[in-house]
Amino acid sequence: MATIRVQREDFDVGQELAALGDGGQVGALASFVGLVRGNDADGAIAGMELEHYPGMTEKSLKAIVAAAAGRWRILDALVIHRFGPLRPGERIVLVAVSSAHRGDAFAACEYIMDRLKTDAPFWKKETTAEGRRWVDARASDEAAAARWLD
Amino acid sequence: MSIEILYFAGLREALGVDRETVSPPAEVATIGALRDWLVIHGGRAALASARNLRCAVNQEMCGFDATVQAGDEVAFFPPVTGG
Repeated sequence: MATIRVQREDFDVGQELAALGDGGQVGALASFVGLVRGNDADGAIAGMELEHYPGMTEKSLKAIVAAAAGRWRILDALVIHRFGPLRPGERIVLVAVSSAHRGDAFAACEYIMDRLKTDAPFWKKETTAEGRRWVDARASDEAAAARWLD
Repeated sequence: MSIEILYFAGLREALGVDRETVSPPAEVATIGALRDWLVIHGGRAALASARNLRCAVNQEMCGFDATVQAGDEVAFFPPVTGG
């Protein structure tokens, strides 16, 4: 169970969700799509480059999904995360969870996304009018992940 | 003992290297001790000045008190910013 894909290419959300919902057991399908914002507090962003740690990235995403499957009754899960150069408006990440009922799918999807933000080894470098800079981690992401600690 | 070290993102750029194999003395038994050894004996000053430095052993996040041994893959990097 669970599919993890770390790739340069874009993905088709409709196609991925249709595949995850297949089989007749699924009553709920919750998903999250993260996009590249065209601006942040300091101004416009022309694009970004996403770096990751091949091997550890897949391992950490698998561990996060396994933890979600231990907490909620889910049928399947899918995480697709892109790396390489990305422009504003492009998709970065898809997290989707299928379950019999919506409560488990919503919660597991949010949990996977929150923990991905603090545990999966990706780093963003933005290009702005002033040049290129590494994005700082946000305290609000740490707080979101900490909510799920037992 | 031989340890593979990987560096990522801003730290990789500050050091000008993405990976290296090092052979510290046996008394370097934790990730924290390895970082200090790399700063002093490996010339990796950016490891000392990095804000909120994070680390992993064999592709799992860990603390600086985690043990390190021959054959391990150790990574140092800034806080992650994916998603």
